[in-house]
Amino acid sequence: MAAQVRVLRQRIRSAKGMKKITKAMELVATSRIAKAQAKVAASLPYAEAITGVLTALASNARIDHPLLTPRERVRRAGVLLVTADRGLAGGYSSNAIRTAESLIARLRADGKEPVLYVIGRKGVAYYRFRDREIAGSWTGFSEQPTFDDAREVGDTLIKAFTAGADDTDGHAGADGILGVDELHIVYTEFKSLMTQNPVSRIIGPMQVQDRPRSEAPGGVLPAYEFEPEPESLLDALLPKYINTRIFAALLESAASESAARRRAMKSATDNAEEMIEKYTREMNSARQAGITQEISEIVGGANALAASGSEV
Amino acid sequence: MAQQLHVELVAVEEKVWTGEAEMVVARTTEGELGVLPGHAPLLGQLAEPSQVRIKQAGGQQVAYDVAGGFLSVTGEGVTVLAESATPATPAR
Repeated sequence: MAAQVRVLRQRIRSAKGMKKITKAMELVATSRIAKAQAKVAASLPYAEAITGVLTALASNARIDHPLLTPRERVRRAGVLLVTADRGLAGGYSSNAIRTAESLIARLRADGKEPVLYVIGRKGVAYYRFRDREIAGSWTGFSEQPTFDDAREVGDTLIKAFTAGADDTDGHAGADGILGVDELHIVYTEFKSLMTQNPVSRIIGPMQVQDRPRSEAPGGVLPAYEFEPEPESLLDALLPKYINTRIFAALLESAASESAARRRAMKSATDNAEEMIEKYTREMNSARQAGITQEISEIVGGANALAASGSEV
Repeated sequence: MAQQLHVELVAVEEKVWTGEAEMVVARTTEGELGVLPGHAPLLGQLAEPSQVRIKQAGGQQVAYDVAGGFLSVTGEGVTVLAESATPATPAR
């Protein structure tokens, strides 16, 4: 009996320890969500401004930039997958990976060869374990991405995209680099604290919302002056725009990751609480049973003594 | 003239400065330029590195060192887009 009580007490202690850890992680994740959301909000003015500038530019200049025109034949498609660096975030990373896998299957069915770029240790580990080729990977910033991270990723992708322009079937073109003809990004959309959806978007070639030129709201868009020429301006602006898109996706994924982790840790804390309660009850009844048994043993012993004493 | 320019200086990670000003001075790849109220719409790429100076009413001036910047002038005001913007050191 006493042994059982000791075992239960041990279990309660370990459950309490676990609860402390998960509770702490929950609190950390909660504060990170708020921070991540603030970062998303802070990045919006730039995103809006650059979209506005690009729209103005697109409706003034001829759009035949390589980053804007869909390739005639798409042979290889780049897929950028955003996952977490650490686990304990429920289904966050595995949901993103699943979405990427279905995108890859769809690309394969269309006769395109997928090329993988992965952000986050979890995604890298998934593909390494399965011995599948990763064209590029970045880790260490999934929870707090900076624009420098986004730029590094974006520059790599844009380089691959431009390198893909002169590729022929199965052969690298004049530049000797096997590039890609399409760019997709798979990240996790932050809908609310409770729902985060993994989504796949196409980021290259870009689709600029080309407003009908003369039917723009408020009449004709103003005739802009350009410094330098519109074409070279577009050259400078488009990569920045792609980087901004990637940065926005990273920020949103970071918010989703924290939200997913908070939810996972909350349910872990709840489970630990439940377990502590259950074990406490069991321990109490075991202790009660032990006491009852001891009393009945004493009483039984005394009775036996009394009975034997009276006989003598 | 009481007319003022509405100026927004936005970096990728945050809005850096916003307010009314009398004049914005910046250097594009083509050359230095000053924007006064009523300027024709303009899109420009800023030189690298470059400094944007915002002259406010009353002679005050704020200056920012800007990297990877663009300048957009519209009827509503001036927007400076930057990859990074840090307050310029008041040297000189």
